[in-house]
Amino acid sequence: MSTSNIHPGLNLGARHGEAHVGAETIVFGFWIFLMSDLVIFGLVFASYLTVANPMGMAGGPGPAEAFDLRSIFAQTMILLTSSLTFGFSTLAMRHERGRAAIAGWLGVTLLLGLGFLTLELRDFAHMIDVGAVPQRSGFWSAFWGLVPLHGFHVAVGCLWIMVMLVQMALMGLVPVVKTRLLRLGLFWHFLDLIWVAIFSIVYLGGLMP
Amino acid sequence: MTDAIFGRLGLSSLALWRAFENPDLSELIAAGAAMAVIVGGLVTVVLLTWFRLWGPLWRNWLTSVDHKRIGIMYCALALIMLARGVIEGALMRTQQAFGLHGGFLSPDHFSELFSTHGTIMIFFVAMPFIAGVINYVMPLQIGARDMAFPVMNQISLGLTATGAALVMISLVLGKFSTGGWANYPPYTGADFQPGPGPDYWIWSIVLAGIGTTLSGINFAVTIYKERAPGMHFLRMPIFCWTVICTSIIMIFALPPLTVAALMLAADRYLEFHFFTNDLGGNMMNYVNLFWLFGHPEVYLLVIPAYGMFSEVISTFSGKRIYGYMSMVYATMSIAVLSFCVWLHHFFTMGQSANINAAFGIASMAIAVPTGIKVYNWMATIFRGRVRMTVPMIYATGFFYLFVIGGLTGVMLANPVISYQVHNTLFLVAHFHNVIIPGVLFGLLAGYHYWFPKAFGFRLHEGWGRAAALLWIVGFSFTFLPLYWLGLQGMPRRSASFSDPSFQPMLWLALFGAALIVSALTCLAIQLWVSIRNRAQLAAPLGDPWNGRALEWSIPSPPPAYNFAMVPQVMARDDFAEAKADGRAYAEPEAYEDIEMPNNTAIGMIVCVFGTLLGLALVFWIWWLAVLSLAVMLLALIGRTFRLNVTHVIPAAQIAAEHRAWLAKVKAAPAVDRLEETHARNLGRAVLERPIGSEAAQ
Repeated sequence: MSTSNIHPGLNLGARHGEAHVGAETIVFGFWIFLMSDLVIFGLVFASYLTVANPMGMAGGPGPAEAFDLRSIFAQTMILLTSSLTFGFSTLAMRHERGRAAIAGWLGVTLLLGLGFLTLELRDFAHMIDVGAVPQRSGFWSAFWGLVPLHGFHVAVGCLWIMVMLVQMALMGLVPVVKTRLLRLGLFWHFLDLIWVAIFSIVYLGGLMP
Repeated sequence: MTDAIFGRLGLSSLALWRAFENPDLSELIAAGAAMAVIVGGLVTVVLLTWFRLWGPLWRNWLTSVDHKRIGIMYCALALIMLARGVIEGALMRTQQAFGLHGGFLSPDHFSELFSTHGTIMIFFVAMPFIAGVINYVMPLQIGARDMAFPVMNQISLGLTATGAALVMISLVLGKFSTGGWANYPPYTGADFQPGPGPDYWIWSIVLAGIGTTLSGINFAVTIYKERAPGMHFLRMPIFCWTVICTSIIMIFALPPLTVAALMLAADRYLEFHFFTNDLGGNMMNYVNLFWLFGHPEVYLLVIPAYGMFSEVISTFSGKRIYGYMSMVYATMSIAVLSFCVWLHHFFTMGQSANINAAFGIASMAIAVPTGIKVYNWMATIFRGRVRMTVPMIYATGFFYLFVIGGLTGVMLANPVISYQVHNTLFLVAHFHNVIIPGVLFGLLAGYHYWFPKAFGFRLHEGWGRAAALLWIVGFSFTFLPLYWLGLQGMPRRSASFSDPSFQPMLWLALFGAALIVSALTCLAIQLWVSIRNRAQLAAPLGDPWNGRALEWSIPSPPPAYNFAMVPQVMARDDFAEAKADGRAYAEPEAYEDIEMPNNTAIGMIVCVFGTLLGLALVFWIWWLAVLSLAVMLLALIGRTFRLNVTHVIPAAQIAAEHRAWLAKVKAAPAVDRLEETHARNLGRAVLERPIGSEAAQ
């Protein structure tokens, strides 16, 4: 690891001047926020696991009736790809490839994020159809407390990308916009990480025979 | 139609209307409290208008992002809420003293009282008071100009005030929860309490809790990133170490509370089954989540109080703290252990004996680092130049009483004993015995210690001593008898009882409560007297106690930018060493421009619309909820479009202010420690070699 890194994660590098120096405090603070958010997800996961059993399902539908693994696989691929495209956007910023490259990759990420949400909402509609609603059992309450919480984070991330696209257009690549993009990147990759846990624990775990 | 506009808010929501319909003593007391809130609010508005203070209040305080002003506002909020909490406590003592086969309060009213009393004392007295002192003192001690995120700091205050406002409004509109401060479901679920009570609890806790999490992030980042050059971690005052530990707890322990409260909200509003009795709900999940927060929480409160005692004891003994490294290790150990003991709050709720034993041992282990701290404080006093000022009186009371509270804690950590005394007044006695002498005495000691720093004049010594003694004696009379009652089997939270043998001790406790009310009155009188006599009590030069850390090296009150020059720290207890070496009060070779953040209204927008959001959710006024959420969101996003958020203070102005202050310091008489509380003490201490300083050895 290069010694010029002043905060964990991708650094803009000294040639970005104020944006790089300012990132030390503000990106560090955002990491701490993510830790706190991670605790929230950890607890919601733990609550889910305590009711992921026949008693928690209380005679209602189980995962097999409600989950559509093909759609989940598509969502996983879309979200993982969006992390890659966000990475390209951050690299374009770090290597000063211009606003168009950064905004272009951000736009692709946004589309993938919205695509993910569309598929997820379709899944939720299907679950409601088969009676897998939170009012049915403790198990579905925990599911609806966990997976939509992640979806809500993705929606916030999409809104944030839109705000950043507008700010890049209006304000240009001023230092504060750059550090915001760095933080948004951390947020987006963090959501990917949570999704990997959801995919493995909730979906694969739920459908395991 | 009215439902669409007013939700479930109706005429019978008004406490005054309920008393009008059903005028018994219990309802009249509730109506009196509602009147007190309304009249108090109106009088404040009238006075502010009469003295034309709205402008200054808005410009200098409500929109300020200065950590010092935010800290003072936190403390003011805490003191106002403390008054309500103490009155509620005294009312409960009165009810129980007359509670043989009855009493004058209805059982529901009594339950509301212990629920609001607990919620207020923890979330809206102890937490804001702690946050206030940390806000004020910590950046000064590490040589910073402000918090790392000043605007977020203001938003944290706004959210805390929102929570407090909701609890206050619950006196006038609707009723508060009757489920205790822990608000356990299923009793607080929609089946048993369909009214607005638990919703008040949920939204005040969630909104204030988010504010506290943000505060924790702010404190931690400030200490990690904003320390002055040379301020290594192991040169920081002990108080700053306690702040690190507390912020870690805030960051990791507040999320469980938020999660538990929001899950309870989902159960109540959307018919989820997280904690219900039927359909696979599991109320033990709530209990675990709540105490996963709740136990670290009590250390969140007491650890900074330990820090305040460390500063106070070291300064008023004229010595550096004994065993600095062991203090650091002990503080960190307590912070880590605090996450490993939550289960001791429900030993009786059905885990296996082995699990109980493991958590029992972990709980007892906390006594070890705490004991180390107590010995270190005593060793600091040993052969020190001790002055029994008000903070030291609190510290002495703390030693005796807190050790008793700690020992009964070790007793309760034993599951076998816990089975005998759980849910009795023994427990009530124990946690008051750690929180009042530990947290509250620490805060009051800190309040007296740092007040002259914040306002430029000392607090009146006589009234302060009276208050301190009354607190100590009043606490002992109020809570020590409760140990006895608990051992005799009197359950906590009982509005009435039928065993006449409980009565004498309850009368004793009532006498103690009267002393505590007098102690609070003395504090109020002291503040009034001190403000009136501020000319005689003035200590504007900044160092009235021969202080040891950086906050004493600047004028009182400090300028907005804190330090004219960012200090170069050379040693632990840097200002004490600087005075001994003669490098204190030096004029820098050159002054520089200082960039400071601008004022902003964002915190007030969050506070006002957060309160509206809370009310709307409590009373199911959906349009208002959507509207206030939208306003907050737009305001927060809108703010990110502003680029010019700082202003520059020119070097010339800083130089002029700093030189003027230095001239006053040079001209002023230096007082020795015998004259500490005398009018001659303008805040310049005689340079004396601190006993046990590194240089002296």
